[in-house]
Amino acid sequence: MRVAVVVFPGTNCDQDVVHVFGKLLKAEAFPVWHRDTDLQRADLVVLPGGFSYGDYLRTGALAKLSPVMQAVKDFAGRGGKVLGICNGFQILCESGLLPGALLENVGQRFLSRFVHIKTERSVGFFAGGMEPGKVITCPIAHFQGNYYADPATLAELEANGQVVFRYSDAAGVVAPADRLSNVNGSCNAIAGVCNKAGNVVGLMPHPERAVESLTGFVGGDTGLEPFRRVVGA
Amino acid sequence: MRFQVLVRLKGGVLDVQGKAIETGLKDKKFNAFKNIRVGRVIELDVDGVSATEARAQVEEVCKLLLANPVIEQYEIKEA
Repeated sequence: MRVAVVVFPGTNCDQDVVHVFGKLLKAEAFPVWHRDTDLQRADLVVLPGGFSYGDYLRTGALAKLSPVMQAVKDFAGRGGKVLGICNGFQILCESGLLPGALLENVGQRFLSRFVHIKTERSVGFFAGGMEPGKVITCPIAHFQGNYYADPATLAELEANGQVVFRYSDAAGVVAPADRLSNVNGSCNAIAGVCNKAGNVVGLMPHPERAVESLTGFVGGDTGLEPFRRVVGA
Repeated sequence: MRFQVLVRLKGGVLDVQGKAIETGLKDKKFNAFKNIRVGRVIELDVDGVSATEARAQVEEVCKLLLANPVIEQYEIKEA
């Protein structure tokens, strides 16, 4: 499997993603600079986390204008798999490849901490095949992670199985009004969504930072499974 | 021609910055302030095109980049 990892000015999680796919899962993972328009026969495109363009204007707003994004849109339009993590999720929402938007966290703070996310039964290519209810414990690191969509869009997402992850407690209990689990105040405690076809997935948390028991801290390697399933390893 | 674009969150979208300002003001006994909304002003010169065309282009870039129609509304003013 060939995995293109897009690098914008200000991206800083690209090597984490290359490590998961290239080193741990033995896929071919390579960086693609945002000025490039050739995705080099990728089977999967990842927009990693970071602070593209210094988060100027709105998070992900300027990145959507980068030349590579037209190629990503065409790729997704042909059914190609696209995964956006953190800032990558924000870019996908700004680009219109995913519904909704990420507002500032309800508590008006940058949140850098571990969270639990419950895997939902979804049509998403990433984590969609996992046992529903499975809990991943991994870090978040964001100021704008408060998922918002208008009520009609939310109802549609729920009905179509487009919610991929929700913030939960360690046991997988979801309580949207609870700030201890739904830390940023996301609508319906949504941590990740996909498009209707399931080939574009975005999530705010960083499962790629909880893929090895040695370094995953309290998350251990709980974040590895969705990546492993994508590669088929 | 010079334009001013005012971008703010739509009515139904929670403005957490506005809320934080409200709380801060309440701490200083300014209890009369409600529904504080924080926005952004973008000023831009448009050269070499007609007035109609200039306005049309500003409108276009508002939709493309300056505002996110999912959460924000915008207002264009000639400065």
